[in-house]
Order: sequence, then structure tokens, then C-alpha cells
Amino acid sequence: MTRVVVAGAGAIGSLLAAHLARVAQVTVLTRREEHAAALRGQGLRVSGRSEFTVELDATADPAALPAAELVVLACKGTDLEPLAVRLEGRLSGATVMTIQNGLGAEDVVAAHGGWPLLSAVTFMSGTRHGDTHVEYVLDTATWIGPYRETTEADAQRVAELIEAGGLKAEAFPDLRPAQWSKLVFNATVNGVAALTALPHDFHFAQTERLADLGHLVRDLVDEGKSVAAAAGVELHDDPWEMNVLATQRGHRHYPSMLEDVEARRPTELEPINGSLVREARRLGVQVPLQTALYRLVKAREASYSE
Amino acid sequence: MRIAVIGTGAVGSLFAASLSLLDDVEVWAFDLNTEHVEAINREGLHLSGAGEVVGRPRATSDAGELPPCDFGIVATKAMHTEPAIAATAHAFADGCVATVQNGLGNEETLAGHVERVIRGTTFPAGKLLAPGHVQWDVKGDTTLGPYDARTPLAEVERLADACTRAGMPAHAVEDARGPQWRKVIFNASTNPIGALTGLTHGRVCERPDLRALVSGLVGEGKAVATAQGIELDADPEELIDHAARKDVAYGHKASMLQDVEARRPTEIDYLNGGIARFGREQGVPTPLNEAIWALVKGVEASWTQS
Repeated sequence: MTRVVVAGAGAIGSLLAAHLARVAQVTVLTRREEHAAALRGQGLRVSGRSEFTVELDATADPAALPAAELVVLACKGTDLEPLAVRLEGRLSGATVMTIQNGLGAEDVVAAHGGWPLLSAVTFMSGTRHGDTHVEYVLDTATWIGPYRETTEADAQRVAELIEAGGLKAEAFPDLRPAQWSKLVFNATVNGVAALTALPHDFHFAQTERLADLGHLVRDLVDEGKSVAAAAGVELHDDPWEMNVLATQRGHRHYPSMLEDVEARRPTELEPINGSLVREARRLGVQVPLQTALYRLVKAREASYSE
Repeated sequence: MRIAVIGTGAVGSLFAASLSLLDDVEVWAFDLNTEHVEAINREGLHLSGAGEVVGRPRATSDAGELPPCDFGIVATKAMHTEPAIAATAHAFADGCVATVQNGLGNEETLAGHVERVIRGTTFPAGKLLAPGHVQWDVKGDTTLGPYDARTPLAEVERLADACTRAGMPAHAVEDARGPQWRKVIFNASTNPIGALTGLTHGRVCERPDLRALVSGLVGEGKAVATAQGIELDADPEELIDHAARKDVAYGHKASMLQDVEARRPTEIDYLNGGIARFGREQGVPTPLNEAIWALVKGVEASWTQS
């Protein structure tokens, strides 16, 4: 049986750990020992699109991790650097897969170890209802591609493992087209949601009147597309169409950046919007609206201390 | 001379109470807030703070009671201009109506109902403390000018003279667009930034990235003003920096931030929305003002969500 470590047990980490535990030997690395103890004692329950409870191993101590073939880093982008530090010098022989939003996660991990690396982006979503219960909300796919010392075949094996566990996954020869589609989509939708307090709903696609939000969303997406083009990336999906489709599902999704701002937590602004704006500057592409969005959310975070 | 003040919130009350002190002026106060109207008729209209005044205007919530007037002074929030003038226009069939409201487009709305319109911009400010009682926070000048050739300058001078004699210094000028656009550009470039980020005026200005966004908004506003042949009477950039000083308005929460915190409709349609509309008419692009307009409309839309 494949041995897998899932590091980070937020909504995405919990969904991956629970489904993979049905077909692999899974150990979850948590930040809090009580979280690990609860998982060891009660297992992990999934509700929503899947309904089951699995037993799995868990620990908060990186030194206690067993050897593994695959390590999935499923924490938020803001927590990736300290997680990579905790794993430094461990799990040699494992392939490490990042799944963070935005750009640059692979390089953060690469700086802390020589593991072969896979990149992933995920479009599934879930809601945590406590340490041992996660609701599977959107059953959209996770996309995987090679990054360092890996091949499409490696990505394919991981995709098959995830599919066997009951989630959707697909391997790509190059993940950048998908990663950039999601980057442009997330930078735009998360940023606008964080500033307006609107969930990702019909307002984001509305373009009847001059002040309708859809105009701004489309202009932001167009700027993002011009950055992708300058970076030589041909997008896998059109982020505007992704936006329209998502708003037509009728599910009023609360982007994590909005939840973070409302809870006055640090957001994933830097890996998402920050990456896009910095890439634009590096490539000499003008992105005044994405820049304004980035600055406004950055300032919003600064207002937590008011 | 008979003057009716339409809308007696803080600014309208400053005009109504002050003008009612003059022996040669009969003042009417029209407002839909019946408690305020009854208090004024019972105990007079009290101003305290920057000036101590007890005025005795005749107050009413019934537009039908308004007699024919020489002048109207409209001081409602900009989104109430249309219903306010539609109800009261009969009183100004032979008079002139001045706006001392915020934003762009009020003159055009008034001109849809009355023949002679006076463009006005006023700087005094205060707040309604209780029915019949207004706190006068700051004194300031008012500039008045004919909206178009149908309004004789002599009539504008007659109103300005009355205001000045009443302790509300006012100047009559041929073209009052300069002070109006200066104030609009100032407000449109700073208020919504405070509203979207939660930062006070001073904290907005001390963040170089955000101050640059403010300058971007100012630049678009100036370009739209210039395209119409408007000469600003002062540089909004200097006024913005002046207001950011610790001894001026560093800690001031923009009124739009206060509106957003209290979930009251904002005047965004008449500030950034006004700049965007005039920009379109003149063929001057205003992408940042349009973006800010859409974001604040999004904030307003979020209040009607469950």
C-alpha cells in the first residue's frame, strides 16, 4: 500500500487525507497535538458529496512521521514556509506535492529540501466542521503536473491514487496553463470578494449597468491574461468563463480571502495577487487595476490594528 | 426675500437657522423627518459648536405648504435630489434653486424640474445631534454660480449676499465648477479608499502604495475637469496632503467609511460615478474611478444578501 503523508488538515488537507486513507496508508501532520489525537481517536468523517468515516494515523511531531512515497503539502500559502522548515531533512525518498493557491509554492519548498516535486492546483472545496469532520462541497478536480525531477507519469500515478480514493484528479504534462488560469481567477474573485464582502455570486458576472461589478471583474481578468501571455503561458481555461460558470452554479461560495478578512486573519494576498502583480512588473506589463486591488486588500489587512 | 431650504440635515440646518436670523428674509425648512420638523417649530433650530445660533425657520414635511419662494437651497444627500425637487419645484416657478450638495449631477437633476439653477459648493460641516439640534463642526465658505445662461448672476449675488450677512460667507462667481470639481475630486479620491480599507485619512496617505492609488484617482478626475475647460481653484493633491497632517484630519474617518460601517447608502454614484459619467461624455478614460465605483456598489449590494 502506498504510504502518504498529508501535511495540513484544513478543508483541502482533510478531504485529501480522508479519501486517500481509503486506498493508501495515510498519516496526517497537524499543527496542534490535540487535533492529531482527535484524528487518531475518532478517525475523520466526510459528509456532503461523500459520506464515510475512515481511520488514519496523525501526529503533530514531524520527527514521528513514518517513511512515505508521497507527501502532500495542503496548508495555506501563508503557512507553507514554516511547514517546509519543519520537514527539512526528513522524508527523503518521498515525492512532495504542493497544492497552494497562487505562484511560487514549489520554490518555497525547494529551498528546504531536495525532494522530487509535483505541482497541483485544486478546484474542489470543502468546509471544516471541527477537527474530525469535513464537508465535501464542490467536487471539481485537482490537477497535477511535474515540477522538479518528476515526469507526467509520476503526476499520473498520483492522480490515479486520488481518483481511486473517490476524488477527481487529472495529470498534465505542464501545470502552468492550469495554474495560471486559477491564479488569474483567484486574484480577481478573491480580491473583489474580500473588498466588497460579497460571496462569489451573480454580481461578479453582471454587466448591464456601467457600475456593475462584472465590468471590473472582466477588466481585472483581461489584465491577468495579458500577464500570462507575456509569461509565455497559454491559459488552460478562460478565467472569465470560469467566473461566469461558477456564478451560475447557484452555490454562493465564500472565497477564503473574504473569510480571512472578516475574521481579521492574514490572507493569501501575497502568493496570489502579490505574485501576479510582481510577475507583471518583472515582465513590464501594465496592470493598474490588479495593482489597485492588491494595494486595497493589503491596506485592509493593515486596518486590523485600527 | 423668501428662501426655502430643502433637506435640513446638518448642512441644510446651518443655512436655515443662520438665514432665519435676517430681518429681511423669511425662511422655510422642508424635511421629511417629522420629529425634526416638529422640534424646529416648537423650540427653534439650535446650532452649537463653531457658532451658537437659535433660528426660527418655519418647518414642514408637507411640500404643499411651501409658498412661492425667491430661492431654494437644496441640501439633501445626492440620492434624494430627484424626489426632493419633484415634490417642491412648484415653490420655485419664479425663483432660483441652488444646490449645496456633494457630488456631480445635482444641477442637472434640478434643471429637469426648475428653470433657474445655481451651482454651489459648500465647506461647512456638522452633524444632527437630536431633533431640532445640530452640532456645527467647522465653518467654511460657499461658492455659488449660475448653472447656465438662464440664471442671472445678479440673482446669484443676491443669495450670496444674504448668506454672507447671515454668517455663512458665500461668493458669487460666473463659473462655480472649479471649487465643485476640486471638492468632488478630493472626496472621490479619498473617501472610498477609506471606506474600502477601513483606514483613516492619515493612514491612507502614509502608505506610499495607497497614496499612489489616490493620485491615480486624482489624475483621472483632473483630466475630466480639464477636458470640460474647468480650472480647479486649488490642487486636490495639496489639500489631500494638508488634511493628512496630524494636526488637521489624520484620524478622520471619511464620511463614506462611517456610512459603510453603519450600512447606509453612500454617495459613490455622485462622486466616482459622476467622474466616470462625465469622463465617458468627454471621451476621457477613468478606469480607476470606475473600479472604485463598482467596488463600493458591491459593498452596498452585500448588505442585501442573507
